Amino acid sequence: MHDAVEALVQDGDTVAIEGFTHLICFAAGHEIIRQGRRDLTLCRLTPDVIYDQMIGAGVASKLVFSWLGNPGVGSLHAVRRRIEHADPAPLEIEEYSHFGMVCRYVAGASNLPFFPIRSYFESDIPKVNPNIKAMVSPYEDATEVHVVPPLKPDVAIVHAQRADASGDAQIWGLLGCQKEAAFAADRVIVVCEEMVEESVIRADPNRTVIPGVIVDAVVEEPFACHPSFTQGYYDRDNAFYLAWDEIARDAASLDAWLDEWVYGLANHAEYVEKMGAQLWDSLRPEPAMSGEVDYGRYA
Amino acid sequence: MSNGAPTALADVGYSKSEIMIAASARQLDAVRNCFVGVGLPNIVCNLAQRIVSPDLQLVYESGVFGARPERLPLSIGDPTLVTGATAVTSMFELFAYYLQAGLIDVAFLGAAQIDRFGNINTTVIGDYANPKVRLPGSGGACEIAINARQVMVIMRQGKRSFVDTIDFRTSPGHSGDPAHDAARGWWGSGPTSVVTDLGTYTFDEATGEMTLSTLHPGVTLEHVGESMGWQPKVAAELGETPPPTAEELRLIREELDPGGVYTK
Repeated sequence: MHDAVEALVQDGDTVAIEGFTHLICFAAGHEIIRQGRRDLTLCRLTPDVIYDQMIGAGVASKLVFSWLGNPGVGSLHAVRRRIEHADPAPLEIEEYSHFGMVCRYVAGASNLPFFPIRSYFESDIPKVNPNIKAMVSPYEDATEVHVVPPLKPDVAIVHAQRADASGDAQIWGLLGCQKEAAFAADRVIVVCEEMVEESVIRADPNRTVIPGVIVDAVVEEPFACHPSFTQGYYDRDNAFYLAWDEIARDAASLDAWLDEWVYGLANHAEYVEKMGAQLWDSLRPEPAMSGEVDYGRYA
Repeated sequence: MSNGAPTALADVGYSKSEIMIAASARQLDAVRNCFVGVGLPNIVCNLAQRIVSPDLQLVYESGVFGARPERLPLSIGDPTLVTGATAVTSMFELFAYYLQAGLIDVAFLGAAQIDRFGNINTTVIGDYANPKVRLPGSGGACEIAINARQVMVIMRQGKRSFVDTIDFRTSPGHSGDPAHDAARGWWGSGPTSVVTDLGTYTFDEATGEMTLSTLHPGVTLEHVGESMGWQPKVAAELGETPPPTAEELRLIREELDPGGVYTK
């Protein structure tokens, strides 16, 4: 992880660590904090606790998003301090709706100049974001739509259950925008719970979401999504989300948390060890295996 | 199943959240595809599935169609929504093929502020550029308000949330001009109901204005008037909300929210 972030994430970059409540790569965010990156534009549909940590740590100057909060808990206090009070510095924001953000990635991934959607009518969102524009279809029905511009991050960091050494990544459960963000980005870091043989990937090609051909680095990092979850591997650590609400209310306690859990540790393996085996045991779900399908052999 | 006349419990015997949940769930009678939010709407939809609408498909913006959660989801992206679901899609597919194409019959929205025409603010209190309180923003709410065939709102009411003028229109409601609304060409056109801790509201077909339809037992018109930022329009025949039945309360307390996270 250290090498991937050092080589692929630069000061001033536009960075998307995607994952819709699921597969949010906290370990990558922590490494970016640890390496002291600055002036990033952070993109995500749902900036949650990892972006609160990163923005609290001062890595970002701008946030592009569609829903800002600690899901199921409440607010992101570090982000709010910067937006409401410019404390300790202002944070530029550019906001959309979920569908708008999704379609920005789709446009970016498809090499399109914009993407039309049926949203934003009679809403104030376009008034505060001039990048959302009204348009009339050039075809006979002259349907009114709004269009959003492509989003092409310099770097996308996506987590997956498993990948092979080439970066061919397989994901199941909530897919979020992992695929769209990866295809839209200039550089891609895939992080996975388990590195597997290429034959495992080839045995179930429908489950491959990201092909290695667009991947610049692949990192095996178990429990990298804590306190978010990886379907089939570990549950969301809800106690941490609740605890973060208290930690982040105060800049000093947030800094102390970063000192203890990010700056004070060399890497995510140390974080996993420090959290303790009991936590990981408690988050492991009972198995619920999928059925098998027969792809058939056509020799 | 307890579809008949509600049985009132002695001494009220239920919380404000529980009557909100029961009143909302009954509105989902015969609904097929419902876009669910976390918290109260989630319990509402799970209750509706058990009492009035066994074929209800729970749809989540995280990309889940036909969820069968085995525990109370902690967020709209809880892994319990995935295991056992009918389909899990990318978010693009969910918003484009399910929502935008018109498959969603009912969606629930919450609001920090709502006005008399059902316009909703979830973005900011105060000025956008210089906010007093920065709220989460749209999420999927803006396109849900426009593309779901019906929108239902469930929220507690008070002078700070039921306001004469919202600070920011995140999700459009009725315009106040029904001819305009009919010409919008959207699948939906403003919320169809609001359920609060004091009563239930519909929207007047002639004016698009929120109209008090029933009062919860023990709530007075005066109390409602003091809990909103405008003088409410009241239905010609103002009714009383039937209280939750014993069976509804049992389902809520024993199966849907045994920890009382959302219902106490």
